[in-house]
Amino acid sequence: MERIQIIAIIGSLCFLGYVMWQIKKGKLREEYAFIWILSTFVLIVLSVWRNALEILAHTFGVIAPPNLLFAGALFAVLIYLLHLSLTVSKLQYENKTLAQELALLKQKIDKKEKA
Amino acid sequence: MNQTIRVAVIIPAYNEEASIASVVSAVHAASSDNIQLTPVVVNDCSKDSTREIIGTLNCVALNLPINLGIGGAVQTGIKYAFDNGFDFCVQIDGDGQHPPQFIPVLEKQLVANNWDVAIGSRYIEKEGFQSTFMRRTGIQYFQLLLKLITGETVTDSTSGMRMMNRKTMKLLYAYYPDEYPEPEALIIYNRNGLKFGEVPVQMNERMGGQSSIRGFGAVYYMFKVTIAIIFTYLRQ
Repeated sequence: MERIQIIAIIGSLCFLGYVMWQIKKGKLREEYAFIWILSTFVLIVLSVWRNALEILAHTFGVIAPPNLLFAGALFAVLIYLLHLSLTVSKLQYENKTLAQELALLKQKIDKKEKA
Repeated sequence: MNQTIRVAVIIPAYNEEASIASVVSAVHAASSDNIQLTPVVVNDCSKDSTREIIGTLNCVALNLPINLGIGGAVQTGIKYAFDNGFDFCVQIDGDGQHPPQFIPVLEKQLVANNWDVAIGSRYIEKEGFQSTFMRRTGIQYFQLLLKLITGETVTDSTSGMRMMNRKTMKLLYAYYPDEYPEPEALIIYNRNGLKFGEVPVQMNERMGGQSSIRGFGAVYYMFKVTIAIIFTYLRQ
């Protein structure tokens, strides 16, 4: 095993450990954790089995294997960012509705207290 | 004898401590036996003393716990008006740009023409404050865009001074745009088969505060509203 492989494996495992620790603390929801665990798993597989990338690149007809990795990673990140934007939009809508309900309820209570 | 018409006057206020008290009293002054005007001030989490001031005024005070922007604030007022059985609601600015004495005029035209929404326009008779050149150019661009999409001519598409009936309130209860809602709302009316028309009004220069649309914001405004208009049109 080469030095870079060992570094990559240790790095991936640390990342996996951190993600799991966040789930354990209840700070990261499992549905988001899933994608992080999955990508860490892919990273570990690629660090251990170095030929995997070359085989994949050959299958897809990519000449330089690292390009496949970059393209794949970039695409995955884009998809995930879009997902986050959708989540934020939904949260913003829900947040707005809650704030409005709160203002309307406060007014009702104030009116009752004054009467 | 006619029944008294109850109108909720929605006044969105963000840092309007300088002008809000006079706007509320102007609303009361425009109220009459036929048309009873109830000021509903929506304080959009102001950083100044707007909250304390409206607490002492004779008005319905709705204090938002977080800043929602103009659309979210106006929608809060619409929800209040709908839930409390008002016949109509009308939006006027918290900075004194919209003289409340035109509210009965809007109401008269809305009922007479059987509209769902009556929009106060500065540009029909071109009287009163006419805004800046840049702003007018933008409004003309929207006029063209709206004409292309809806086939209707709206001379003052960014006018916030609008009166609506309960049918419209119910529609906007479910969805109202957050940012720069006025031009986009016209498409919503159009797509939902609501009838709207413009009524000539005069507007003043703002008494205090600053326009939310200035500098780079103007470019963003044009872009955002154009996108919003097209996508709102495509939605159904």
